[in-house]
Amino acid sequence: MGLSLIAVITIFILAVFVGLEVISKVPQTLHTPLMSATNAIHGVILVGGILVLAGAESPATTVLGVAAVLFGTLNVVGGYVVTDRMLEMFKVRKRGGDK
Amino acid sequence: MSGLFGSGTLALTEAAVKPWIDTGYLAAAVCFILAMRLMNSPVTARRGNWLSMAGMAIALGVTFLAPGFDRQDYALILGVVAVGSVLGAWSGRRVQMTAMPQMVAILNGLGGGAVALVALVEFLHRWRTGIVALDIQTVATVLSTIIGSISFSGSMIAFAKLQELLPGRPLAFKGQQVFNLCVAVVIIAVGGGLLFFDPGSLPGFMVLLSASLVLGITGVLPIGGADMPVVISLLNSFTGTAAGLAGFVLMNTALLIGGGLVGASGLILTLLMCAAMNRSLANVLFGAVGAAVAGGGKSALAGKQAKSYSPEDAAILMSNADRVVIVPGYGMAVAQAQHQVKELADRLAARGIDVKYAIHPVAGRMPGHMNVLLAEADVPYDQLYELEQVNPLMPETDVALVIGANDVVNPAARYDKASPIFGMPILDVDKCRTVLVSKRSMAAGFAGVENELFLADNTYMVFGNAKTTVSKISQALESY
Repeated sequence: MGLSLIAVITIFILAVFVGLEVISKVPQTLHTPLMSATNAIHGVILVGGILVLAGAESPATTVLGVAAVLFGTLNVVGGYVVTDRMLEMFKVRKRGGDK
Repeated sequence: MSGLFGSGTLALTEAAVKPWIDTGYLAAAVCFILAMRLMNSPVTARRGNWLSMAGMAIALGVTFLAPGFDRQDYALILGVVAVGSVLGAWSGRRVQMTAMPQMVAILNGLGGGAVALVALVEFLHRWRTGIVALDIQTVATVLSTIIGSISFSGSMIAFAKLQELLPGRPLAFKGQQVFNLCVAVVIIAVGGGLLFFDPGSLPGFMVLLSASLVLGITGVLPIGGADMPVVISLLNSFTGTAAGLAGFVLMNTALLIGGGLVGASGLILTLLMCAAMNRSLANVLFGAVGAAVAGGGKSALAGKQAKSYSPEDAAILMSNADRVVIVPGYGMAVAQAQHQVKELADRLAARGIDVKYAIHPVAGRMPGHMNVLLAEADVPYDQLYELEQVNPLMPETDVALVIGANDVVNPAARYDKASPIFGMPILDVDKCRTVLVSKRSMAAGFAGVENELFLADNTYMVFGNAKTTVSKISQALESY
């Protein structure tokens, strides 16, 4: 659908490099919330789950697709909720950015 | 293309709608990247997470524009998403702060499972239609199946260990590493066979799937509970990578970018955690720390008895101190004692005593776990000190109060090469004038190692549940 193989590979590799760069500066205090936050982001697989479920053409693939969507939704929603709960506690105080 | 959406007949709508979908995915990707940037500071981190949520909502929203959906699809998908959202939000709200590590483990496992399922459905689709060839989709399908399955089963084991459904100590059987190697060889051989000889082999695919699930289980079982954060972080990276690979399968930019970002950042985070423990990733994964319980150091301790103090004794000692360092550990977390600890610290501070919290990088079950718990109890940031900041202050400290921490204050890490925790930077509480240790019993720590600190001449044990002990000390302090 329009994307050439090399374009897809380019996108993926650039995303990997951005991932490497964007994370290296995070203070240790935020490691647990960050792990949880990135955990929620890979819940984007839900997009894949939705697409395969919509394209499912047999009872077996429908069941598997439903499971994929359910797992993906739990990953996304649960991930964001727990991350937000953790970050809620980091209210702004005097020393603010603890680098 | 995967062929999911049929072809030809829908070409027109597809052409009309595709730019919108792609633009939506681009917006989502920008949100994810900016969100991670905002995570660099505690001040902006929460906003970052909200931005990430917005990105996810956009990505999911535009996906529904994709051609090939009929009314039943919408109903079914929205129904499942609704059920999942309610379940996810409910459990996410309900889970205790102390149980966060296992919660993240289970959510990560579900993500990995979702990737494997997507790959499986794609494979079945291609298998039925007979369009299987050695192309990037097939390669990506095989790889995302392997990585997603390992992440799923491995995360479930990590969850079971942290939840103490399984013992935290490393579970190793004879020849385990050889067994794991064999399973890995099977995966590589079957995976290679699938790709180069018979890309449409259903039995082959099932063997691949099962072997990967087995490797996740037997790979994580021999890793000690203390190393679970590193494992979860690595598996988080695995799920990200697998989701990115699923992006190749479905030619979907949201998956490619979201997955790629998490795969890479998860790996960096994992290495940072290993660095905090002064260990290599290989050592964490294959070292089986704690399998042989307390090899070194034991003989020197033979015959020594730990001295114990009542909470009242502890209170008197602390009331006479000028400088106190509090070292919270997992014991404080399980006892939910952070509020009592904060109360005690406030009472000490009210008497003009200087109170600092010493936070070891791997205290608790995850890096930053202690910071999260203490933040919950409203402990100000400026009282929290990291290892490098607080260690030079230890010799001038009158009392170190160690609450449910063990391995992170074990002096054996400095010199005992036989100790599994050798080389890990520790908090030098043994250099303080007096050390008080609140602990339930003399049992070994999470790494399964004896701790000579408890037997040192300047150490006094205050036995009991951390919450009760700390509040008793706190009460006693009021009456002096």
